[in-house]
Amino acid sequence: MLARVLLALSLVPALALALCQPDGQDAYKVRLSIKTALGANAYEWNESEQFLFRATLAFAMRKYTGQETFNVSSVIVCDETPRVSFWFVVTNPNDTATLIPKNAVEEAIRLSRNRINSAFLLSDKTLQFLGIPPTLAPPSQPSLPVWLIVFGVVMGIVTTGILALIISGFIQRKKKDIEDEDEEEKQEGIMENGISCETLEGKEGVNNGAYSHDEDRLTQL
Amino acid sequence: MMAEENTGVSVPELGKTVEERPKWDNKVQYLLTCIGFAVGLGNVWRFPYLCQTYGGGAFLIPYFIALIFEGIPLLHMELAIGQRLRQGSIGVWNSISPFLGGVGIGSLIVSFLVALFYNTILAWVLWYFFHSFQDPLPWRDCPLNQNKTGYIEECAKSTPVNYFWYRETLNVTPNITDSGDVQWWVVICLASAWGIVYICFIRGIETIGKAVYITATFPYLVLTIFLIRALTLPGATEGLVYLFTPKVQVLKDPKVWLDAATQIFFSLSLAFGGLIAFSSYNPQKNDCERDAVIVGMINSATSIYASIPIFAILGFKATSNYNDCLDGNILSITNAFNIGDQNVTRENYDSWLKHLNTTHSQEIEDLHLKHCSIQEFLDQSASGTGLAFVVFTEAVIKMPGSQVWAVLFFVMLFSLGLSSMFGNLEGILTPLLDLHVVPKWLPKEAFTGLICLISFFFALIFTMGSGNYWLEIFNSYVGSLPLLIIAFFEIIGVVYIYGIGRFSDDIEWMTGRRPNLYWQVTWRVISPGMLLIVFLAYITVQVQQPATYEAWNPNYVCILL
Repeated sequence: MLARVLLALSLVPALALALCQPDGQDAYKVRLSIKTALGANAYEWNESEQFLFRATLAFAMRKYTGQETFNVSSVIVCDETPRVSFWFVVTNPNDTATLIPKNAVEEAIRLSRNRINSAFLLSDKTLQFLGIPPTLAPPSQPSLPVWLIVFGVVMGIVTTGILALIISGFIQRKKKDIEDEDEEEKQEGIMENGISCETLEGKEGVNNGAYSHDEDRLTQL
Repeated sequence: MMAEENTGVSVPELGKTVEERPKWDNKVQYLLTCIGFAVGLGNVWRFPYLCQTYGGGAFLIPYFIALIFEGIPLLHMELAIGQRLRQGSIGVWNSISPFLGGVGIGSLIVSFLVALFYNTILAWVLWYFFHSFQDPLPWRDCPLNQNKTGYIEECAKSTPVNYFWYRETLNVTPNITDSGDVQWWVVICLASAWGIVYICFIRGIETIGKAVYITATFPYLVLTIFLIRALTLPGATEGLVYLFTPKVQVLKDPKVWLDAATQIFFSLSLAFGGLIAFSSYNPQKNDCERDAVIVGMINSATSIYASIPIFAILGFKATSNYNDCLDGNILSITNAFNIGDQNVTRENYDSWLKHLNTTHSQEIEDLHLKHCSIQEFLDQSASGTGLAFVVFTEAVIKMPGSQVWAVLFFVMLFSLGLSSMFGNLEGILTPLLDLHVVPKWLPKEAFTGLICLISFFFALIFTMGSGNYWLEIFNSYVGSLPLLIIAFFEIIGVVYIYGIGRFSDDIEWMTGRRPNLYWQVTWRVISPGMLLIVFLAYITVQVQQPATYEAWNPNYVCILL
């Protein structure tokens, strides 16, 4: 009797090992980069941490399937390396010889990914499930693009500036016109033979500054 | 001899019916405007690239030789002739000889065409400026594709920075024959660029003179801030060493001398007619010789000063990329061989790799590790829009406080370009005003507005999908060869048609001293000779290669034969 019990007991881990195979059809590889994530606060990866992992995964399966029969023993781990990476499989709690199919495991992990990450103080990048890509965060789209707001501000300033300059120029010109008119009224009377002096002076010809600056060269008497 | 005394009849002064020529408020305005015109985008994104390509510190030798024998003499000539004859480019050359009038018209047309595409670049700078207020910067990440499972393919194949520039900003078509649509967002940026230019240019030098106090000085402030920040970044020293290490054997290549001469020539904004216009508003008794030397020296000093922070930041970017490359390789090795996390570091990577190569060489080969060389990343330099909108923006996202640096950088680029635009537009406005083409009833504000509006409409060609290609063509062919021809005829016209004797007399009258041997020799022989050689060499180089342009084609398939 005792021999049979012993035989049965020794077969269980052997069976477990047989179920968990690297590159198995329903197995997933996990890779942790604890030192990268936590630096000086990194914790040591040991048997207890492994226990926590299996418990978290069991929790994920419970949450996904709704069956509260999943236990730490349902998750079998193998091929651990100093990288900290290992393979795991999830066995059916009702029939420990069969495995939960890959898709179901993937969906369960996807659902509770955040909880699994936080249990280990890691992120999607540092706690990798190979074959399960992280869901990308959607980019935040503000209601009105920011650049249009800045554009509106700049254009507002520019338009007010242009209007201000045009109006001030207009006012200046109006003032100058009134001043000029006053001056002209005072000097209108200079006529000679019915032709005003101004038109007479204008007939001197065009002064080509390039060639006719003799008046500057000769000393003035 | 003019009759000085009055004849007893009070004669109205001629000055009352003729409008007085506008003048600068003070000398500082004039100098700042000339410096602002000369110092432009090229000082920031062309000179550092040339310096790096042509042997670092060694490039300064042909550069300064070109400055002394070509740049400053031509600059002095333009400032002197404008100041003496007190007219814009068309008036000046018509005065010297009616047969030379074409030179002035050529300047006018070149100024107009350059104004068109130059302001489009400023429109792109504004676009980036508007987008620099977002957190995170929009060119940091690739946008997600339609079903949110991954990134957009075009972005994933290149980089987010390239994608933002070619797709989200330009929406560029694969080639120039495919025009694409007018991109509305570029149009409104172009409208705001022309609006800002108009506000400064509205009353000619009256408003330009006030604007340059800010636009000409602000870039120096920003460059200094960048310099201080850049020197504290890791990898800055690599960039600076790379830039300034002289490789003297490069000087044997004639192309270096040609590029130095062309760079000085275009950098000083000669032959646009803008400098002639600016100096025509000066009082005649002004020391134009000293002005020319000051402007020339400050322009070159600015180029060198600007290249220091640019290269420090490029060095930082190269170091960052190199570290990322190393980290990628380290991760591959760590995962493949299940080595403990963080056991392979950047420092011991080489020894690990050597050890693994001896024991597991096949697996190492299968990993296809990238070859990381910091030299390679440093060589990935660029000039022109590539530097500002691709390389620099990538560096900015790696710096903490990216938004601040991006805003500062784009405002600096904008004011650099704006002060150069003033020169271009004055090169259009002053000759037209002097030709009395403008009817008397049209106020100056309306005329400048009309110039801006017409230019805006012509520039809409650059807002199409293929606009970037058109701009490259304009940049290569409008702003290069015609200027060389115009400058050559300018100096021949002044020295041999106007007469160097008469010109020297003019300068003696204006400045109080006769131009010395240096000016005589350079004006008569060296500068025209250099211009001719540069012109011929330029044509020879252009003719030897087929005309090409770089296109962005997301559907390009690389066929390996």
